[in-house]
Amino acid sequence: MSVLVYINSNSGLHKSALETVSYGKKLGGNLTVITSGSADDSKLATLGKYGANKVLVDRSIQGDDDQQLTQLIAAAADSVGATTIMFSHDLTAKAVAPRLSVRLKAGLISGAIDLPAADGTVKVNVFSGKAFGSVKVNSSVQIISLLPNSFQPQENGSDCAVESFSANAPASLIKVLSTKKPEGEIPLPEAELVVSAGRGMKGPENWGMVEDLASALGAATACSRPVADIGWRPHHEHVGQTGVAIRPNLYIAIGISGAIQHLAGVNGSKVIVAINTDAEAPFFKAADYGVLGDAFEVLPRLTEAVKKFKASGH
Amino acid sequence: MKILVCISKSPDTTSKIAFVDQNTKFDENGVQYIINPYDEWYALVRALEIKETLGGDVTVITVGPVADDAIIRKALAIGADDAVRIDADPTDAYYTAVQIAEYAKTNNFDLVLTGKETINYNGSQVAGMIAESLNFPFVSLATKLDVNGSTLTLEREIVGGLQVVEVSLPAVVSCAKGMAEQRIPNMRGIMAARTKSLQVVAPVSVDLLTTYVNYTMPNAKSTCKMIDPTNMDELVALLHNEAKVI
Ligand SMILES: Cc1cc2nc3c(=O)[nH]c(=O)nc-3n(C[C@H](O)[C@H](O)[C@H](O)COP(=O)(O)OP(=O)(O)OC[C@H]3O[C@@H](n4cnc5c(N)ncnc54)[C@H](O)[C@@H]3O)c2cc1C
Repeated sequence: MSVLVYINSNSGLHKSALETVSYGKKLGGNLTVITSGSADDSKLATLGKYGANKVLVDRSIQGDDDQQLTQLIAAAADSVGATTIMFSHDLTAKAVAPRLSVRLKAGLISGAIDLPAADGTVKVNVFSGKAFGSVKVNSSVQIISLLPNSFQPQENGSDCAVESFSANAPASLIKVLSTKKPEGEIPLPEAELVVSAGRGMKGPENWGMVEDLASALGAATACSRPVADIGWRPHHEHVGQTGVAIRPNLYIAIGISGAIQHLAGVNGSKVIVAINTDAEAPFFKAADYGVLGDAFEVLPRLTEAVKKFKASGH
Repeated sequence: MKILVCISKSPDTTSKIAFVDQNTKFDENGVQYIINPYDEWYALVRALEIKETLGGDVTVITVGPVADDAIIRKALAIGADDAVRIDADPTDAYYTAVQIAEYAKTNNFDLVLTGKETINYNGSQVAGMIAESLNFPFVSLATKLDVNGSTLTLEREIVGGLQVVEVSLPAVVSCAKGMAEQRIPNMRGIMAARTKSLQVVAPVSVDLLTTYVNYTMPNAKSTCKMIDPTNMDELVALLHNEAKVI
């Protein structure tokens, strides 16, 4: 049994990378990490603490081209004799894992939410989180991508060796003209705390209140679909069945009715708080805590309460 | 410009999700199928826009049984020129992708478009698998797509950001929100769709790489605890002490 974990280290080591390495460790056997780009050796070595035996890095490729990455991971899988290849189920995995599946004729399980069961099946969300499916792979090599926030990183080992690796990847067919990375924002799928608001906020000029709560909590912001459709908020904040699916520890829904398509993308959240003026809002049926009240009054109060709580040393 | 748009069916978003046969099969009883929204709203509509400005043909393809002719006719009504149905059950992403790639290989498409993912299996797998099978470059989760001669300029989401990239045709692109706006078919489109060509093709033989063994439903939430809207300290205390999330 040999496990190969691909991580994207271009913008540092994300929590999702630590989750994926920790998950890979639990599968047993030798664990090798493969990555590309320019992250420091010393940083990559810390992956040893989460279970990596060795990190391989190819500094000649940048990680923007899925054909190069496919070649890189296939070459690394061959060199370590990998029987399981792991990704975090992020945008890179969505581009590369399917290619690799075809290249290696290896079954792909996308968006695992738990470790494999005793019979080898792996649980994933289906119907946008309305149900779970247990999937098994019929090939000798399996590829698993782990849904962010589904498995806690576990630190107990020590630093590991970092070795350079060359995949002899072909020249990139994708020319990158520009890259825009918002500074300091928490990527929504990885956020542990999410503050989300809907049409009940009446207009984009009122979002200051939502952002205040989010920044007091250290949370990411999200929104319902109509809010993104009318342009009150950017598209990447749209959560739900036709937006991003998330499973944070805490999801606070403000002025969102709780339509089935919205709930589909958020009901994997561990704890849900709904704030709504309508006692009949469906969100109260999906929530753990409910506040029946006007967001314009409740939000400033909640933000104050959070600030007080943080100031008391939490 | 020859464009192939891959569409799949998914249950209407308000469908009740249930399973039969010891939870091994989706219960189709009373379920209305729609075109997977990403395929219809973004991939298909953008393909039609490109055709309207640059000329060419838009073919829709699906892997599915005869019942799926209904969603194919809808795609034709929205404006696709012709359609292909590979007559097989799309039980596994790899199986489905290879069927589409086999058809694409012999028909020289310049551009293959798919939606970002299906809303039933959410795998985001098929497009990348088609790209690898055809050995085409692949741009996933594009939110914008422009054609300049034989080059595509695309905007795509990457881990924590946005990127503008260029790629030469032929290519595979999966389409996400921002790419186009939903179009409602009009009466003329619906009439025209009846006479457009729908070719049924036999599948090639492919091994399944994955199997869904069974399904489960999430546990129902216990009742929602209502908090006094004037006492947000209580909510914060509960989130800390009881829920342990802050
Ligand atoms: C195919 C399809 C796919 C879809 N996909 C998605 C998806 O991915 N994500 C998504 O979100 N939706 C999706 N929808 C739309 C969905 O059905 C709902 O229309 C949408 O979620 C409603 O958004 P909302 O709750 O913000 O607005 P509304 O339904 O208008 O609800 C506003 C809520 O705010 C409350 N409110 C009003 N004023 C206040 C106040 N002052 N204080 C507190 N509360 C207040 C109201 O009581 C109400 O509950 C989809 C629909 C379809 C048909």
